[in-house]
Amino acid sequence: MSLLQIDNLQTHFFTSAGVVKAVDGVSYAVDRGEVLAVVGESGSGKSVTGLSVMGLIDAPGRVVGGAIRFDGREIAGLPNAEMRKLRGARIAMIFQDPMMTLNPVLRIDTQMVETILAHRAMSRSEAWALSRDTLGRVGIPSPDERMRAYPHQFSGGMRQRVAIAIALLNKPDLIIADEPTTALDVTIQAQILHLMQGLVEEERTALVWITHDLSVVAGFADRVAVMYAGEIVEEARTDDLIAAPRHPYTRGLIGSVPSRNLRGRRLAQIPGGAPPALNRPEGCRFAPRCAFCTEGCERPQELRDKVRCWRAAELPEYAEALA
Amino acid sequence: MVFVIRRLLQALFLGLVMSALVFAGIFAVGNPVDILIDPDATQAERARLIAQLGLDRPFHEQYFIFLGNLLQGDFGNSFVYNRPALTLILERMPATLELAFAAIVIAVVLGIPLGVYAGLRHGTPGSQAVMAGSILGFSVPNFWQAIMLIMVFSVMLGWFPVSGRGEVGTFLGIRSSLFTLNGLHHIALPAINLAIGHLALVIRLARSGTREVQAQDFIRFARAKGLSEPRIVLVHLLRNILIPIVTLVGMSFGGLIAFAVVTETIFAWPGMGKLIIDSIRMLDRPVVVAYLIVIVVIFIILNLLVDLLYSLIDPRIRLDEARQ
Amino acid sequence: MSVTDTQPPAAAPLIPRAQPPERPAARIIRDFARSPLALFGLALLLVIVLAALLAPWITPQNPYDLRSLSIMDSRLAPGEVGFSGVSFWLGSDGQGRDMFSAILYGLRISLMVGLIACTSALLIGLTLGLVAAYFGGRTDTVIMRLVDLHLSFPPILVALILLAILGRGLENIIVALIIVQWATFARMARATALSERGREYVEAAQSLGLSRIRILFGHLLPNCLPPLMVLYTVEIASAIALEATLSFLGVGLPATQPSLGLLISNGFQFVLSGQYWISVFPGIALLLLIVAINLVGDRLRDVLNPRNIT
Repeated sequence: MSLLQIDNLQTHFFTSAGVVKAVDGVSYAVDRGEVLAVVGESGSGKSVTGLSVMGLIDAPGRVVGGAIRFDGREIAGLPNAEMRKLRGARIAMIFQDPMMTLNPVLRIDTQMVETILAHRAMSRSEAWALSRDTLGRVGIPSPDERMRAYPHQFSGGMRQRVAIAIALLNKPDLIIADEPTTALDVTIQAQILHLMQGLVEEERTALVWITHDLSVVAGFADRVAVMYAGEIVEEARTDDLIAAPRHPYTRGLIGSVPSRNLRGRRLAQIPGGAPPALNRPEGCRFAPRCAFCTEGCERPQELRDKVRCWRAAELPEYAEALA
Repeated sequence: MVFVIRRLLQALFLGLVMSALVFAGIFAVGNPVDILIDPDATQAERARLIAQLGLDRPFHEQYFIFLGNLLQGDFGNSFVYNRPALTLILERMPATLELAFAAIVIAVVLGIPLGVYAGLRHGTPGSQAVMAGSILGFSVPNFWQAIMLIMVFSVMLGWFPVSGRGEVGTFLGIRSSLFTLNGLHHIALPAINLAIGHLALVIRLARSGTREVQAQDFIRFARAKGLSEPRIVLVHLLRNILIPIVTLVGMSFGGLIAFAVVTETIFAWPGMGKLIIDSIRMLDRPVVVAYLIVIVVIFIILNLLVDLLYSLIDPRIRLDEARQ
Repeated sequence: MSVTDTQPPAAAPLIPRAQPPERPAARIIRDFARSPLALFGLALLLVIVLAALLAPWITPQNPYDLRSLSIMDSRLAPGEVGFSGVSFWLGSDGQGRDMFSAILYGLRISLMVGLIACTSALLIGLTLGLVAAYFGGRTDTVIMRLVDLHLSFPPILVALILLAILGRGLENIIVALIIVQWATFARMARATALSERGREYVEAAQSLGLSRIRILFGHLLPNCLPPLMVLYTVEIASAIALEATLSFLGVGLPATQPSLGLLISNGFQFVLSGQYWISVFPGIALLLLIVAINLVGDRLRDVLNPRNIT
């Protein structure tokens, strides 16, 4: 039994224009000490899946179906008071833009201490000391002073470190990181990745790493789930997925990452854009953009052998296709 | 510090300009001689009074005499009461200040919770009722609303006195009618009257601020930290929406003092506002001018206070100050 | 912001924007009509304006023709039949004047003062604002300093001072209202013009060698109008309210020009003895007028600002 297991999750938004099925039957699992990367373009539902686990879907959105089991307990549809005890304590979340996630008018220590006191019976001074130590652990120099600073006195990378420190405060079992490095410079990105990798190994925390950038994933995540238009289209061990992607969409994603072996070639790109959430194709949702689309693709696709493409087995090997 | 000094100099200049404008204006049109001196008076008597009041000097001389006196704290004697104009105004200032203060308290204490509620429960009937009420409060002309308050609560229900200021009590060396029951009983209606327009404004600001801040990532992050809803609203949200509200409250304190003219006239509240209206009607020039100078000073002080309050609430502004 | 914007904005980014092109005017009318409250406001406003315009033909008496008044009819309660057999549906005042007639005539004066003052203030403010924005530099500084100075004092105070100087009278109160309001328009006009000035069409016009005046009034002006129209609507309401307040205080219109404010003022003394109608009904008329204008203005603001449409 995995620490987090999502089964056939459905999260819909009931807008005036119609029902948007942002997450449409997503299943994945992640265990202690494991890193699962969820990859997809914006609007694929990867962030909404994460927010559904946190119970942070705002109206007009709602989790309408499926199960979210955390540590053997069903948490979908848990009353908000119960959910609140889990959030920030056993499940933590880190968001994309570190400029926006810290409250601009509160000092760092306030924002850290309150996170501890919301969950644990601890004196204010103990909580303060723990916060300072955690700030030191994420690599912030002279944490004693920095505790009394305001968010605007930190750089973007440093702010993301603060956000990570806040996520770590209560030693969560699971961290959901929603594109935590996207807004940062490439060098800072690498630092943050490295930091997270170390922390996860130390604490045996389960980590769900949501990103649109497949190149971040290699060498970092244990497994990858690729999402497209509200569904998972392929799931595999990271090395396998990168070496031999099976779904045409995954192939397209990998083909569009610049790399050393492909020097001198034109970068591949996936033609077109993701289908509008209110008007998706009836059959395979990727079909309109798929180079391998044939008769038969107008049927809805099921996830078979962890890939959502009925032709996956008969498509040419990825390596051959490249050559 | 440089900033503060520059602001003070600007303010001084402003005061000078205003005094000249007002003095010129009143001199140009009204003729206090006709009002102050009995039409049946003999020619000699007239001349004597004109000389005594300094009304025979050329315009610019009158202004410089006036300005010189002003700097010595002498604003001239009221033509009507024959007492120093500044004294008249300062005597009545506490009544006006306490009225404006009571109104601000009502507007903030009711307005912020109502506005935050309307923002958080956006689209619900409760929220719409609050907003409809605020549009109404915004639209009802102040003076008519005062008459309605008197009609309903004083004449028909008999709950509150029709007019006047109640007993004055002393607390911490401050004399105010807010410290006696009778005083509170008297101030209730005028304060509500003065507050309603601003209450509507505070509600609107609090609501739009709430909606804006609520959508921010840091509120979502605060939820993700597992904070309780009261903590999120009272600390994370409120601190962020306070900035525009503090500005409004600070700026509108001056507006309240100005609008107190209406409230004081209707409720016969013995403040500066009633004095100025009476003085305008009677062309009591020194009092009008002194009132304006006092008002300008109050405005300047208020603006400085608002700037200071700002930096207490928003750390980012403190930093900018330090850089200058 | 209005009480009617109930649609949830949260999921907007998920929905594709695929709207067919439409004429702006048609869109504005359609969007406006989507709010029942705004339509109600518009209808109310039309009724009030029509009633005021047609007052001489639809009122039972001319309240300022002394021959038609009878002191025997003074202070009749609403609905009572007067000495001459006429019904006074809204009662009568101290001089036996029919309140309904007096209110309609009062509305005429209030509306006229508000419209004349506001329109003039708009024209002055718009011109100065555009000039400040277009020429920039010292012109801009001088005009905007003046505006800032002006706006740092509450309107009622400025108006009081002016009337203290000018004295009561129809022309004087209009002048006072114009002086109170021009700065608001100037600031708004300048701000919009500044944001428009950087646009390509202005650069294009400049590169075509069009004259400054031509660019200013032919190109900048039309694009600055929508926000100014919203402000204009709302400012008419505040001009009317301010005039009523000043007249109530006895420093506004003279007794020969009985606007709504004066009617309310005349009735104030009778409120204490329970004869409420002399003050209450003109007040309700004033309130309805202001609410109607504000409802329309609020919706216009939402409709003309594309960011506010859900």
